[in-house]
Amino acid sequence: MADGAAPVLDVRGLKTVFRTRGGEVHAVNSVSFHLNPGELLGVVGESGSGKSVTMMSLIGLLPSPPADVRAGSVMLGNRDLLKISAEELRNVRGAKVGFVFQDPMTSLNPVFTVGNQIMEPLMRHMGMTKAQAQIRATELLALVGIPDAAARLKSYPHQFSGGMRQRVMIAIALACDPDVLIADEPTTALDVTIQAQILELVKDLRKKLGMAIVWITHDLGVIAGIADRVMVMYGGQVVEQAPVRALFSNPQHPYTRALLKTIPSLTGDRAARLQVIEGQPPILIGAPTACPFRARCPQAFARCESENPDRRSLDGRPVGQGHDVACHWSPRGAHA
Amino acid sequence: MLTFTIRRLLLAIPTLLFISLVIFLLVDFAPGSPMSQIPLTVPPEVRLRIIEAMGANEPILVRYLLWLKQFFYVEPLVLIDSLFGTSHAEGMQRIVSWQSRSPVMDIILERMPQTLTVVGSAYVIGVIIALPIGIYSAYRQYSWFDQVGTFISMIGFSVPTFFTGVVLILVFSVNLGWFPSIYDTSLRVTSWETFLLQAKQMAMPVAVLALYNASQISRYMRSSMLDNLGQDYVRTARAKGMAERIVVLKHVLRNSLIPVVTVIALGIPTIFGGAIITEQVFKVNGLGALLINAIQGSDLPMVQTLTFIFAVLIVLFNLIADVLYGMLDPRIRYD
Repeated sequence: MADGAAPVLDVRGLKTVFRTRGGEVHAVNSVSFHLNPGELLGVVGESGSGKSVTMMSLIGLLPSPPADVRAGSVMLGNRDLLKISAEELRNVRGAKVGFVFQDPMTSLNPVFTVGNQIMEPLMRHMGMTKAQAQIRATELLALVGIPDAAARLKSYPHQFSGGMRQRVMIAIALACDPDVLIADEPTTALDVTIQAQILELVKDLRKKLGMAIVWITHDLGVIAGIADRVMVMYGGQVVEQAPVRALFSNPQHPYTRALLKTIPSLTGDRAARLQVIEGQPPILIGAPTACPFRARCPQAFARCESENPDRRSLDGRPVGQGHDVACHWSPRGAHA
Repeated sequence: MLTFTIRRLLLAIPTLLFISLVIFLLVDFAPGSPMSQIPLTVPPEVRLRIIEAMGANEPILVRYLLWLKQFFYVEPLVLIDSLFGTSHAEGMQRIVSWQSRSPVMDIILERMPQTLTVVGSAYVIGVIIALPIGIYSAYRQYSWFDQVGTFISMIGFSVPTFFTGVVLILVFSVNLGWFPSIYDTSLRVTSWETFLLQAKQMAMPVAVLALYNASQISRYMRSSMLDNLGQDYVRTARAKGMAERIVVLKHVLRNSLIPVVTVIALGIPTIFGGAIITEQVFKVNGLGALLINAIQGSDLPMVQTLTFIFAVLIVLFNLIADVLYGMLDPRIRYD
């Protein structure tokens, strides 16, 4: 999609804080990104980097307390999701924004039939009668590649395999034809062959339905295969954002570089040990005053201790549009 | 499910036979003699005659088999006779109480209504109170409602009913004089006034037992809800945009009820067993009081029969709980 088109989702300065006994955990810190129509944005980062929390903050899925979305705006079309009432937000969830979660084994309610669970949002958001919803649910199951869809509506989740359940989750998320699909590590809990099938399915559905997708993962291989644009998160912040090719060919942030080095190579020397990023992810208690990656960063210098870097553009285009990075250091050696 | 039920019913037969034997042996080995309440002035040869007349001198095996025949053959025939006006059981020996010399089953049927009205309504009220409290406590965990509810249920659960019973009697009968402290079994509800009297005399024993039952069940309900509220499928339901009411009362509740229904079903036989202590405190002469008196008087046929009926009910409601479990949880299929 052309960058000129109005984004379907535009998030600016999102801040989410968890109030805990140990203090305030700044899980999402001034995250801004946008999503163009029909685009697939990959969000990468290690566990605890704030990927899922960011996405759940958007549509009010975090339990509050302890979570508190402090600042920012989340424009979906021309509405700010952080300003509308809980009831209006419910009308958005499941209708305009579909969500697929990580673990298909536990994400479906075990005591209701699959059909019931797909039909629920249809009757809630589309005003369908039970009979209409049933027809649509059958279509959806067929769409996500479940054979004998009409009969399978009456099955319970435990009668499905993990991959099939994730297909059902996708059917639920897509039921009301959403503008945005948020997939939170949808293939992490699946084995590799099923992963590949789900990836193919999503690619295929994207072609057919044209929704925009946010794909959260820590699998860079998956991102390389399906994303248009990639956002790398660390310590609750966006550290680098770029079109997928630019990111893989010219990574700028030391974390992104380290992350790419951790992918084991199939060619070359077998004797080489697996690359790791030394150290632990940061504890995010208190508002950040320094770069969150400084403790593990090979390039860290004095300024990284005293100042949390802002995102800066690398290709002259506005931040978020082209390739940008949040780092004081530059590979050319010049300190920005 | 049907074959499962039938198989379980068939399996229940040897189980119950074994239980009946164990009860019989235990009751028989227990110290005490049916003669202990007969005055010492009665001469020994007369005592012997009495014992012979009751059949208490027969070998234990003979008495056991006789009891089995009477319980499983004679008593059902008597029941059929009274229902259809036939006379199959004429001339047959029924199970007779050693204390009162009248058929055990007649006494039990006579005592049943008191127990069912008092203990039964206490159970129903307890469940009705407990479920919403448990659900709301869990949904608003650590709110003041939850704190107060958890505190009261902890007290209701841990303070014995004989204590709360006596406290209530002290406050409401002795000091305030609102309710009678003794339950009048002969009261017949025929008018508004007698209905009020009945309600008044039921109030305290029902309150004591309902508090105890509600405390117990609301704790189960609360913890079961808490287990489920954190599940991934709840997040899925919210992500679908479902209203909180539907998320909680449909998705979470249906899952949470599975263990709670089992607990409720397993608690029902205890109603028939009568709240022995509470019945004593409030002088409700129900089944619990009957059992206590029979034990004190070494009335072996009565103790044996009552205990066995409780055993039957427990086995039966275990089966019912299992069947309900299978109906509520599609993952459980017995066939």
